[in-house]
Amino acid sequence: MQTPPSVLPDISPSRGEIGSFERIAHPSASVIGEGRCEVRSPPLRGRCPAGQRGALRNTYLSFLSLLASLFFLPFTAFAAELPALTGRVVDNAGIIDAATEAALTQKLADFETKGSDQIVVATIPSLDGEEIEPYANRLFRFWKLGQAKENNGALLLVAPNDRKMRIEVGYGLEGTLTDLHTKLIIENDMVPAFRAGDFSGGIEKAVDDMIMVLEGNPEELEARGERNQQAPFDSDDLFFAVFISIWAIIFFGSIAVSVLPPIFGQKLGPGRYRWLGMTFEPSRRSSRGGWSSGSSGGGWSSGGGGGGFSGGGGSSGGGGSSGSW
Amino acid sequence: MFAQRLASSSMFRTLPAFLMMAIVLPLLAGCGYNTIPTAEENARAAWSEVLNQYQRRADLIPNLVETVKGYASHEKDTLDAVVEARAKATQITVTPETLKDPEALKKFQDAQAGLTSALSRLIAVSEAYPDLKANQNFLALQAQLEGTENRIAVSRRDYIQAVRDYNLTLRTFPSVLWATFWFRGNEPFANFTVEEDKMQPPKVDFGTKQGG
Repeated sequence: MQTPPSVLPDISPSRGEIGSFERIAHPSASVIGEGRCEVRSPPLRGRCPAGQRGALRNTYLSFLSLLASLFFLPFTAFAAELPALTGRVVDNAGIIDAATEAALTQKLADFETKGSDQIVVATIPSLDGEEIEPYANRLFRFWKLGQAKENNGALLLVAPNDRKMRIEVGYGLEGTLTDLHTKLIIENDMVPAFRAGDFSGGIEKAVDDMIMVLEGNPEELEARGERNQQAPFDSDDLFFAVFISIWAIIFFGSIAVSVLPPIFGQKLGPGRYRWLGMTFEPSRRSSRGGWSSGSSGGGWSSGGGGGGFSGGGGSSGGGGSSGSW
Repeated sequence: MFAQRLASSSMFRTLPAFLMMAIVLPLLAGCGYNTIPTAEENARAAWSEVLNQYQRRADLIPNLVETVKGYASHEKDTLDAVVEARAKATQITVTPETLKDPEALKKFQDAQAGLTSALSRLIAVSEAYPDLKANQNFLALQAQLEGTENRIAVSRRDYIQAVRDYNLTLRTFPSVLWATFWFRGNEPFANFTVEEDKMQPPKVDFGTKQGG
């Protein structure tokens, strides 16, 4: 077995490959998952309040609602213990002073407008006995940090009572902000400052270094930023809406033309009807009459509510590293 | 006239079929025809991610072994154990097609658990070498190894969840109809069990025993 000349050049390509594979494999999985949810969840959600209303009248329905609530109980209990995403700095442990918090929020907001990467700083008083790695991953996925297609989020989590911290990196940033970078940031920036009791300073330095590392690859950062610039108007949505409305006009329009005139129209002769001031001959392939499709202005709402900060839909597969002080 | 009547009658004959298709086809998707294949593909994708992360760990190991060898060459037993466990673990692969076999998955899991424990022994041994601990390569490898172990944990958790969803669709009510009438070849996937070594509290060894 020969000695590889250096570790990093030997590892980086394979990391890159793995990273890109993840990026291919994961969004497809999540798309499939969303599709399944869309199919399954609306009936369940629709049934839930109905069951609760029925519980007053009917024991059978109350039993159903009990079952439904039992089904949903684990999820609500699971989600409840995670803090809400109130901003870019969620200081639930109260260890960051106000001036630093304001400065960090501004810095992170500026950084997101530049390259669309979402960095969030979170502090929680205690982990309640959970390991910090699964907790950070759960929180990351709950907040959906990073843009949906890029998964370019990063979470800096500090749990002062457990004396632990972690930088969790989204799928899309694993190649830039590597495990080693996060480890060095934790060991060199945060641990010494935290040991001295300077939480604000340590966190600020760590955030500065994370931004520095992410800016270290400027053309990739700019490309990410440009890809996510046209947030208010998604071309995929537009294409889909146009496709669906054309399909609906052709499909339902032809049905309507053959079905509705015989029902609502005035009969002129065999196979000829007059309806809405037009003459329809459904039996012939090409009828002279046109039809006005009341295309109900198919609205596609691409959210993007201004003001508050929210995750862009990204996910993480456990990249990054943890430390303690 | 006659032709027109013929045309109109054939039109009215095809109309019900046309209407049926218009109504039934969306219902087919809405009723959960897609549920089982979707869940199955999710589970397979999750499995690929598990394999991917284990492979990443296996790729890191040769570098780690070489780096440790440079500083702690007389820890030969530990190093050989890691190399051997890696060889054993990379030999066994479970493709998505054999996921239905719990035995194959068990074998895979055992081999990977063997590699995990050999690796943790190597890391524990290297604690005794200050020069090695200060080595930049070793630090880098250790950070990546930790990250990979965590990614393995995350991907295993995702796989467990995906398989539970898939197996549920094969056994629970609306989709079980599709399973019995249409997807007869679909079998539940095997899932991970909690490893035995993970359930025991860690043992503290002060070096009183040999070869720990």
